[in-house]
Amino acid sequence: MPARSPYLPYLLIAPSILFLAVFFLWPFAQTVVMAFTVDGQTSTGNFARMAADLNFWPAMGNTFALVIVVVPLQVALALTMAVMIQKMTTGRDIVLWIWTIPLGISDLAAGLAWLAILSNNGYFNTVLFHLGIISGPTGWLSYETPLTLFFAVVVAEVWRATALVFVILVAGLQLIPKEYAEAAEVFGASPWQRFRHVTLPLLKPSLQSALILRTVLAFEVFAVAYALGGRNIPILVGEAYTWMNANQNTGVAAAYAGVVLLVSLASTIVWLRVIRVRREHLP
Amino acid sequence: MTARRVLYVSGVLVLCAWVLVPIYLIALGGLGGRLGVFRWPKEFLPTGASVDAMLTFLQIEGVWNAAKNSVIAAGLTMVFSVVLGAPAGYALARFAFRGQDAYRLLVLLTRAFPLAILALPLTVTFIRVGLYDTPLGVALVHTALALPFAVLVSASLFMGIPREYEEAAWVFGCSGPGAFLRIVLPLALPGLAATCIFAFVISWNEVFAASLLTVRERTLTAYLLAVLAESPPHFRYAGGLLLVVPSVVFIFAVRKYLFSLWGITNR
Repeated sequence: MPARSPYLPYLLIAPSILFLAVFFLWPFAQTVVMAFTVDGQTSTGNFARMAADLNFWPAMGNTFALVIVVVPLQVALALTMAVMIQKMTTGRDIVLWIWTIPLGISDLAAGLAWLAILSNNGYFNTVLFHLGIISGPTGWLSYETPLTLFFAVVVAEVWRATALVFVILVAGLQLIPKEYAEAAEVFGASPWQRFRHVTLPLLKPSLQSALILRTVLAFEVFAVAYALGGRNIPILVGEAYTWMNANQNTGVAAAYAGVVLLVSLASTIVWLRVIRVRREHLP
Repeated sequence: MTARRVLYVSGVLVLCAWVLVPIYLIALGGLGGRLGVFRWPKEFLPTGASVDAMLTFLQIEGVWNAAKNSVIAAGLTMVFSVVLGAPAGYALARFAFRGQDAYRLLVLLTRAFPLAILALPLTVTFIRVGLYDTPLGVALVHTALALPFAVLVSASLFMGIPREYEEAAWVFGCSGPGAFLRIVLPLALPGLAATCIFAFVISWNEVFAASLLTVRERTLTAYLLAVLAESPPHFRYAGGLLLVVPSVVFIFAVRKYLFSLWGITNR
């Protein structure tokens, strides 16, 4: 056996550490510095300006509302799909492929696809027209219809990003030994009881990582909303983009970025607390 | 067939339609051209669809260049994330070393943050060092997105290859690197290829960082976002279609690996 240097593992991880230091830790610190700097001096001025901005509270409200509506919907839908695919015998591969297609679709493309459907003279309105519900092209995505615009973004997000939760949950389900459910069946547990008291607790680790990933990404929602409604539906990352690009104000943009980073971290901590995973409970 | 079974099958079919119909409709929009966009009520059959609309779109100044930049950035992201990530994954899979847990934590920590937003401070740095407005700069930020994923996936790949194979190669006189290259790498190759494709898709789809880091040499997503407000609808749909097609093909190519790729996110 060739002698292996004790430094070898460090040599192998060094490049990636270096990279993450330069492109993750450093810009992270830089964001904080930029957010607290106005004209070269330390100040909270950027945050004051951000909070006073007309779009700030609507952006906060919309972003949180999106996360609160979208994430539970996605988890419920993905769980249903994952349980359905467990039972499937014929055509499993093709259904799996179809259900995971959105995993590869960008948020911008998803927004554009739903724009084609929901625009004034789009396909959705055509269906409503043929059903006799509307008499002609109707707008759903303007600033005059904030509620329908909001739900359009919800639908597009659920369409695009449920696949991520689905894949994580299916992978998790595959790790659970069948014997557990069979044992429960022997003792007379109904399908619902088996799901609720056997499958769901064992699925906790997967649920936790799916929820963390999805919540963080949901706070980052941007292109879907932008494609569907432009700035008619202000959201946090969209505001950061506008302050950076249109207003050329890196300080306020960094303040927005800081808010997004903070709420993401907070949501991760919440999920780690709410869904406790104990090692001895892992399948 | 029982009522239960009917309900189950129709549920599966509805969910398939839920995924496929929007893709079909954006294809209709993208291939329908200017006339298709303004038609009312809409046709659900591809009567007016033709490839011409798509070709016209590709000839618009900027589109081709943007697509080229996207491919370059995604290609570089793919190379960077595997070259940096696979060795680290191998280290995690084969060695017990001090600081392993701290390293794992660093990698997992990246998951708790929307990394694309970190492009914001990098814009300033990139202007200073000349990386701004280059596909290379975009690729570096996208690598930060794809690298944690590449590390964890390759770790699980290498863990799946029995250590005994490698030890047997040593016994027969292979050197350490030789055993890795001849025994481990060929076995890990399909999985690594899937990782590559995933890194490619992550970069190809990313909008926010790419939009901040480029102005003339835009990637496709950045270009579409920038011209979104002033472009006509059929142009937007054609762009959307151009974004969707490679993704669908790639997901098909890696479908076998999707679950082993994501299964490891549990630990």
